[in-house]
Amino acid sequence: MQRLLHGYLDGELDLVSSLEVERHLQSCQACSQAHETQQALRSAIRNSELSFEPSADFRRRVRSAVRAESRAESGNRVWPWRGLFAAASVVALMIVSLAILPALFRPAADDSLAREVVSSHVRSLMADHLTDVLSTDQHTVKPWFNGRLDFSPQVIDLSGKGYSLIGGRLDYLGNRTVAAVIYQRRQHFINLFIWPSSEPAADEKSLSRQGYNVIHWTASGMTWWAVSDLNGGELHEFASAVRTQALSVRLANQYRERERRSRY
Amino acid sequence: MLPHLSAAYNLARWLTRNDHDAEDVVQEAYLRAFRFFGGYRGGESRAWLLSIVRHTCYTWLQRNRTHELTEFDEETHALEADTPTPEAALLQRADQQLLRRALEELPVEFREVLILRELEGLSYKEVAEVAGVPIGTVMSRLARARLRLQQALTVCPKKGD
Repeated sequence: MQRLLHGYLDGELDLVSSLEVERHLQSCQACSQAHETQQALRSAIRNSELSFEPSADFRRRVRSAVRAESRAESGNRVWPWRGLFAAASVVALMIVSLAILPALFRPAADDSLAREVVSSHVRSLMADHLTDVLSTDQHTVKPWFNGRLDFSPQVIDLSGKGYSLIGGRLDYLGNRTVAAVIYQRRQHFINLFIWPSSEPAADEKSLSRQGYNVIHWTASGMTWWAVSDLNGGELHEFASAVRTQALSVRLANQYRERERRSRY
Repeated sequence: MLPHLSAAYNLARWLTRNDHDAEDVVQEAYLRAFRFFGGYRGGESRAWLLSIVRHTCYTWLQRNRTHELTEFDEETHALEADTPTPEAALLQRADQQLLRRALEELPVEFREVLILRELEGLSYKEVAEVAGVPIGTVMSRLARARLRLQQALTVCPKKGD
């Protein structure tokens, strides 16, 4: 019973066991007293500040040690076999967290592009022409773009994060044909525009135009623009999820490619 | 801005009970996380990272403080059937210093489950993953750990009287 009592205290029991414990507590003086004591102990722990925080200096040290390590790693071109996804996710997490530092300025050209992006988003909703290919399956949407574009955009599945894939569409932005991948969060649509860019990688930059939120960044030779009437926080979350996923997928592909090459 | 660094440091600090050692261990663990990814199964990355930190701590303890890792025997730490009269009021007043000391004095296997559960808010499943034991063991270790802590807190102050 003592054991179960703790499972109960932690909310880790299934419904049947938890009802059983509850019933038992009503009839057993000793256990109900033990329960009360443990609750008191718990709140004593929670109300105290017992956690240790790493110092800022230490954070910096670990960060640069890890960075040096990952540089050495990519310099050697030796990828650990099974750990690729871990590498990808840790690296991606760090890149995403670094991205929180807002890029300071990049005026003018971006501004007119932002206007175009928003117009395109609005048009896609108004003209009832949101998608050319309607599918929630990334493996349907991605091949659809092949042959219609001179590049192959990444189509990322974010259904696990609460952004469902709606489909894809061709669009025209910045004097070229671009891929638009459409996602939905509740009643809000997100247009994610992707096209190749020769610019260096750039961190996320958010802005808002006519009540729409826009986030754009450049990574792995592509420019990404996300636009939606979704609130800024959620759109930022969306963008981070896209970046993390895109990076993991890219690293996984590199890995597969390398493995394929070493086999033949 | 490194992922889960606070949780990693907190765990290491509680297991090594020393600032410098905790820093060494955490740094090593993060580098290890980069070098050997073998055990990663795509689950919750916090639990995965903490399991590496824990492993690094144990390796460190083995090297430097073997006596703290005396063969852990579930039997000798068996649950006392009769717990002393609980004193909820006394526990509620237990001050931070006392609590910290009592926690530090717990055997490391008990300390770690309490830190992971109460300070880091991990689920039993995650604690099990970090500590590399079955979920049932997590529940019984937590039960024992809390009882030991309760005893330490309700007995200690009386000594001073």
